[in-house]
Amino acid sequence: MLDTVQIEKLESLAKTIRVDILKMLNNASSGHTGGSLSTVEIILSLYFHKMRHNPKDPKWLDRDRFVLSKGHGAPALYTVLARSGYFDLSELRNLRKLGSILQGHPDMKVTPGIDISTGSLGQGLSMANGMALALKLDKRPSRVYVLMGDGENQEGQIWEAAMAAAHYKLDNVCGIIDHNGLQIDGPVNEIMKIEPIADKWSCFGWEVFRVNGHDFREIIAALDKAETVKNKPSLIVARTIKGKGVSFFEGKVEYHGIPPTDEELAKALVELGIT
Amino acid sequence: MKLTGIREAYGETLAALGELYPEIVVLDADLSGSTKTSLFAKKFPDRFFNMGVAEQNLMGTAAGLAASGKTVFASTFAIFASGRAWEQVRYSIVYNQLNVKIVASHGGVTVGEDGGSHQSSEDIAIMRVLPGMRVIVPMDGKEMQEVIKTVVKIPGPFYIRSSRVKFPLILGDDYKFELGKGKILREGKDLSLIGCGLMVSQCLEAAETLAKEGIAARVVSLSTIKPIDEELLVDCSLNTGGIVTAEEHSVIGGLGSAVAEVLSEKSPTYIVRVGVQDKFGVSGSAPDLLEYLGLTPGNIVKAAQQIMEHRSQKTIPVV
Ligand SMILES: Cc1ncc(C[n+]2csc(CCOP(=O)(O)OP(=O)(O)O)c2C)c(N)n1
Repeated sequence: MLDTVQIEKLESLAKTIRVDILKMLNNASSGHTGGSLSTVEIILSLYFHKMRHNPKDPKWLDRDRFVLSKGHGAPALYTVLARSGYFDLSELRNLRKLGSILQGHPDMKVTPGIDISTGSLGQGLSMANGMALALKLDKRPSRVYVLMGDGENQEGQIWEAAMAAAHYKLDNVCGIIDHNGLQIDGPVNEIMKIEPIADKWSCFGWEVFRVNGHDFREIIAALDKAETVKNKPSLIVARTIKGKGVSFFEGKVEYHGIPPTDEELAKALVELGIT
Repeated sequence: MKLTGIREAYGETLAALGELYPEIVVLDADLSGSTKTSLFAKKFPDRFFNMGVAEQNLMGTAAGLAASGKTVFASTFAIFASGRAWEQVRYSIVYNQLNVKIVASHGGVTVGEDGGSHQSSEDIAIMRVLPGMRVIVPMDGKEMQEVIKTVVKIPGPFYIRSSRVKFPLILGDDYKFELGKGKILREGKDLSLIGCGLMVSQCLEAAETLAKEGIAARVVSLSTIKPIDEELLVDCSLNTGGIVTAEEHSVIGGLGSAVAEVLSEKSPTYIVRVGVQDKFGVSGSAPDLLEYLGLTPGNIVKAAQQIMEHRSQKTIPVV
């Protein structure tokens, strides 16, 4: 359990991360705003609390792995990695620029701390399963976390992988769905209904938890519980708000793939208490 | 002529290597009996994962295993390994240059009776186009053994084509496979017959027939289609009078295209491509299909004659 001081620290960090994300997206003049902001508390909970990892040794064999299956959320991951110490904060200014270590989508070849490349939706869980199988073969205690989008759950490969993780009893896999209810063309359940999503995963043999994806206490409690589940994989359905933290981005489908303008950035920073 | 099993050679070699390389992990998609990964599975059940009929997930899982230090052999039929899972192969595996060897059985049209759904005349093209992918089509069982023993030691992705039917044994016991090197199997100054896979033995047979007509054909096996042996191709162009390529694959995008790409830039010469002529296959026995699709020694001989007849002119007539 976390005490109030720890929670306050994480909450203040979440604000910093949101500011970093907005600035880097504005600077890059392209990138995914809404789906980065919705993941902040989830990714922070992993890197600043749950996961065993070492920014000084990104390839440490006993580290926990993270797969950002919804790779377009890269800005959130990049800022968290930078704030963890994997690379210098100044790199954030090079997002999406030619020659940058920060590609538009996570790239294991050029970014320290990225365990595998993602960006083509639907592929992350399969790769996470492969890592989990290898960890089990090598008798390593590490866990593999994989963050998916709710729209991404429309991909068939995810369900092949969901079946396989349960079949091979991959209790070292923990899936998380950033359930913000929106995708590019509209609300997920209008484009292609995925509900009842928790029941589906549970039918596929996963232990399912539901949390408020912006509440550190709930996220971390579920991550802790997931770690105690044996012989089956766990899935956390995290209810989130796309664009979370900036009132005029929240729940707005049109802010999926556009960065904040200079004016929007200025307004957002005021909202986040940065002047 | 003695026949050698291609997929059998793969399965047996892999099972033998399992002993030496504890990092080998093998995946299959409900076809382990056909691809012969079953031989490894029997010996090393803990390092074999049947992924069910789910090729996309198979390729992604292979990537994850490789990213965690495993040497992964991933097998299913060629059409599904290359086609169904193309984008997973592209992004999960090849983009990351991960250590996954895709050994795809039932390549080409000699799949036979199962028909167009199961035949694969496009796999070389769609695997070859991936940056950093290496593509090998062994000519006999001996070469398959050597290829597997070689690639296990070379990190990164490979696409290796295996076959349902047995191929005539061409190579001797002392053969050593060298990645990226073609091999001259028979010398001749008039033209070169360049083949891969099953078509290498067809080229050798065609060369015999041509010899009787007084045409001396060089026969080259170009088992590594990527990276391609440019030096040898230029030598064929300069020192023989034209080239016939032969492959159990579409003439679009396969071996013939690869050869033409190199030589049109480096050393232009006549090239006639024997292969599947932009067609889907149909059901039939393997020999009947080779006949039907124009993949016989006779077709290679005809192509050679065409070059011999017209090479003194500026163009080969359009037929
Ligand atoms: C295979 C694939 N198809 C399409 C896209 C383009 N794309 C990027 S994000 C996205 C919508 C994803 O929605 P969701 O998973 O709900 O993400 P979120 O709303 O959390 O950003 C699409 C279609 C892609 N990256 N990959």
